[in-house]
Amino acid sequence: MLSALRTLWFTFLHLFRRRETILYPEQKPYLAPRYRGRIVLTRDPDGEERCVSCYLCSVACPVDCISLQKTEENGRWYPAFFRINFSRCIFCGYCEEACPTYAIQLTPDFEMSEYERPNLVYEKEDLLISGTGKYPGYSFYRVAGLAIPGKDKGEAEREEPPVDLKGLLP
Amino acid sequence: MSPLAAGLANVFGILVALLLLAAELTWVERRLLGFWQDRYGPNRAGPFGMLQIVADMIKILFKQDWVPPFSDRSAFVIAPMIVMVTLFLAFTVVPIAPAIGVASHLDVGLLFFLAMSALAVYSVVLAGWASNSKYSLLGGMRAAAQMLSYEVFMGLALMGVVVLAGTFDLAAIVRAQRGLWFIGPQFVGFVIFVVAGIAETHRLPFDLPEGENELGAGFHTEYSSMKFGMFFVGEYAGIVLVSALIATLYLGGWQGPLLPPILWFLIKTFFFVGFFILLRAALPRPRYDQLMAYGWKVMLPLALINLAVTGAVVVARAAH
Repeated sequence: MLSALRTLWFTFLHLFRRRETILYPEQKPYLAPRYRGRIVLTRDPDGEERCVSCYLCSVACPVDCISLQKTEENGRWYPAFFRINFSRCIFCGYCEEACPTYAIQLTPDFEMSEYERPNLVYEKEDLLISGTGKYPGYSFYRVAGLAIPGKDKGEAEREEPPVDLKGLLP
Repeated sequence: MSPLAAGLANVFGILVALLLLAAELTWVERRLLGFWQDRYGPNRAGPFGMLQIVADMIKILFKQDWVPPFSDRSAFVIAPMIVMVTLFLAFTVVPIAPAIGVASHLDVGLLFFLAMSALAVYSVVLAGWASNSKYSLLGGMRAAAQMLSYEVFMGLALMGVVVLAGTFDLAAIVRAQRGLWFIGPQFVGFVIFVVAGIAETHRLPFDLPEGENELGAGFHTEYSSMKFGMFFVGEYAGIVLVSALIATLYLGGWQGPLLPPILWFLIKTFFFVGFFILLRAALPRPRYDQLMAYGWKVMLPLALINLAVTGAVVVARAAH
């Protein structure tokens, strides 16, 4: 009986505590930089698309919400289209983990409600942002051994020139 | 104003006020529960969220009013009406202020209240029975047993007040408390009546007929739409009724200094409404056998002793 009264009193005292609620539309909650929200496609520091259409994100996606098509242009791979169906996406971040080129990234933004379901299907032009996202200096083609126009074999960062296996010189 | 017009104004004024109050209490309760859990509660619709009930009403009225095909249709439909009707009828005997109150001078006022609150149990039992589902039946059964045992010492606790005031007339009971509120000489009776009142309205520490985590929603598991809404409003009307009666019987009703009588009555009533909600926020639900043991082994003997001692004191004083 006494403990019940004690409980009542302590519960009553909560009337004068600070409220924990964040009044959402007026007050925005703090979202950590690693928050898993809206998915974007980033560009490398030169402003080129980072995505190389390897399909790993699409494979990793547990709900199959990513679809893309590879195309090739001057030795570089691009997605011809890149489509994310956000009405299916569960924001698990596996696509970001799978991506070998830091192209696909999740951002701290969740305010993407729509009145019509088709509007939740984002195309490549909706997903592409002009910046580099969470990895500012990274450019896949600059470190990869692949030869592209303007950068031959052995010219990438931290890459030795290729060894001529058939040559006799040391 | 002619007496007829005054009477009608009284009746409809109280009816509408009680209905609105019972509806608005859903918001008050959610708001207070929120505060006691360090939240805000509903604060969007209207000023402070007061229009939340309008939104809820629109929602609940547009829900499908489903009567289960396996239910006993007539009893199923009547059950929620009984709780509303009986509780509103019981409110007629409550003296709100000297001139406000439908039948506050009824010379069996207190007995009328007891009769009506006993009838209100039928609503719960019928609802549980007519639903023809196991959870509802268990809820209704629990309600019957709980009400039966708590009604007993509720009446006995009230007899202490009747012995002191010498009347069943509620307005006269209020007048009898001019010098000293009955919460003083009848403190034990007051505590017992509050406990019984909580059980009577099946509010949280004693809400075993509903027992969400074990019985779905208890006796109103099968109810939807406005039929469920009527149970809800009935429950809140019950809280207001019991609070009003506590204020009337033990805290001197409308009496108090400075402020007008009706304001005193409302302050006292709302204090207990708040207390009821605080109980819900703070206390866990006892087990069913604990509830029964508590009722029969603690409260009933206590009520009997209280009544005997009160009677003895009154007789001894009269003999002097």
